[in-house]
Amino acid sequence: MTGVGVVAPNGVGTENYWAATLAGRTGIAPVTRFDAAYGLHFAGEVSDFDAASWVPGRLRAQTDRWTHFSFAAADLALRDAQVDLAQVDEYEMSVYSASSAAGAEFGQIELTNLWSGSPRDVSAYQSIAWFYAATTGQLSIRHGMRGPCGVVVSEQAGGIDVMACARRALGAGTRLALVGGTEAPMSPFGVVCLMAENRMSTITDPRMAFLPFDPEAGGAVPGEGGAFMVVESVESATHRGVHAYATVAGYAATFDPRPDRDRLPVRSGLRRAIELALEDAGCNPHDIDLVFADAAGLPRLDRLEAEALNQVFGKRAVAVTAPKTMTGRLFAGGAALDVATAALALRDQVVPPTVGLRRRSEDYPISLVAEAEHRPLRTVLVLARGHGGFNSALVLSGAHR
Amino acid sequence: MSALTVDELKEILRERAGEDEHTGLAGDISDAEFADLGYDSLAMFEVSSEIKKRYRVALPDDVIGELPTPRGLIDYVNQRLAR
Repeated sequence: MTGVGVVAPNGVGTENYWAATLAGRTGIAPVTRFDAAYGLHFAGEVSDFDAASWVPGRLRAQTDRWTHFSFAAADLALRDAQVDLAQVDEYEMSVYSASSAAGAEFGQIELTNLWSGSPRDVSAYQSIAWFYAATTGQLSIRHGMRGPCGVVVSEQAGGIDVMACARRALGAGTRLALVGGTEAPMSPFGVVCLMAENRMSTITDPRMAFLPFDPEAGGAVPGEGGAFMVVESVESATHRGVHAYATVAGYAATFDPRPDRDRLPVRSGLRRAIELALEDAGCNPHDIDLVFADAAGLPRLDRLEAEALNQVFGKRAVAVTAPKTMTGRLFAGGAALDVATAALALRDQVVPPTVGLRRRSEDYPISLVAEAEHRPLRTVLVLARGHGGFNSALVLSGAHR
Repeated sequence: MSALTVDELKEILRERAGEDEHTGLAGDISDAEFADLGYDSLAMFEVSSEIKKRYRVALPDDVIGELPTPRGLIDYVNQRLAR
């Protein structure tokens, strides 16, 4: 991983985000984008994003805010990795993005045009702005990346799954890949879909809005933004003389068995995903210095995650953190942002905090890190669960070995 | 009904298909090709939808293909309006 680009509710730009995260500055605030009449009071909105400075006018007209975030994050990642695109063969570059709600806002506007007007009032760009692969396609075209490209739709787990796609492509002829995901859920249509699944918090007290691993947790808070990374082969990075934040050491994904009537998992495949990822990385549990938790913020899901961690690592045996308590869950951007944050943690040898923690709970015997601290970090595990049963685990090893 | 002008066509292009900051639609574009201005087939589909809405003149796909410049498109529309 040689480049990182972040657009997050608590910081646009990688270093802005990282500084805010280490300082415990949250981007979660009362919803401003529209009247929060669906019961959602808080969200991680990106309030200072100027799409015009990242996306040319012609492309802005044919893309959703979700893709605008990706343009920005991808540009930042490419600059960070100091890539001269002219120096790399176009067929040896790939783009993989995660997608979830995709162009929901663009789609809502066009549906409104259709039902209040006529088919003639629907933009021709609806067809290419809304669909899941729009961001991958636009990035591929914009940067001339004509190698194998793809999109993965596994909700919050997608950002890890695309790292696996990139790793596979790098082993088969791709030299350099742009990988990541973003989300822009803050439209009425986007929020209605989230609220219908009863996983989002309707709590009105800001201190209680998103409390993963707390017995009074009442759901998650959505956020917008995400991250893109530049990932390249060891050979390519060496040839270009660039430093790496981290290496993708191991990966695994599993899928839960049939859920219950509330569509929550009865048994979880998360433990198996962790074990398989460690095996893929050639690691033992005690090699892991830090875990970035999925942190769903719902008691049933938190309990399943805490159980999986304890079964693999032992009770309170590994440091766990959830900086998403400062951004909300970013769905297609979520795991990507966690991976980016893990890369920054490895670069700077600092553990980012989990905010809002109240008293230590016996319900969840895991060691959550409440304040940023310097620690030797060699190997980090990032976890993500996507609604519907997706479990993904990624092992990253740092340059500090 | 008033005729379609270049300025109005520029406004339609901006509104339905956007305008790039650097290339843009400034100056005399009457004989430039839409493709060179950066407007592809989807953009022209947008333009024809808007013209149908404003002027009730249809611009089917095969006709649009024969009108590669603003001058050609404007003349076609205004001829239909004059009937």
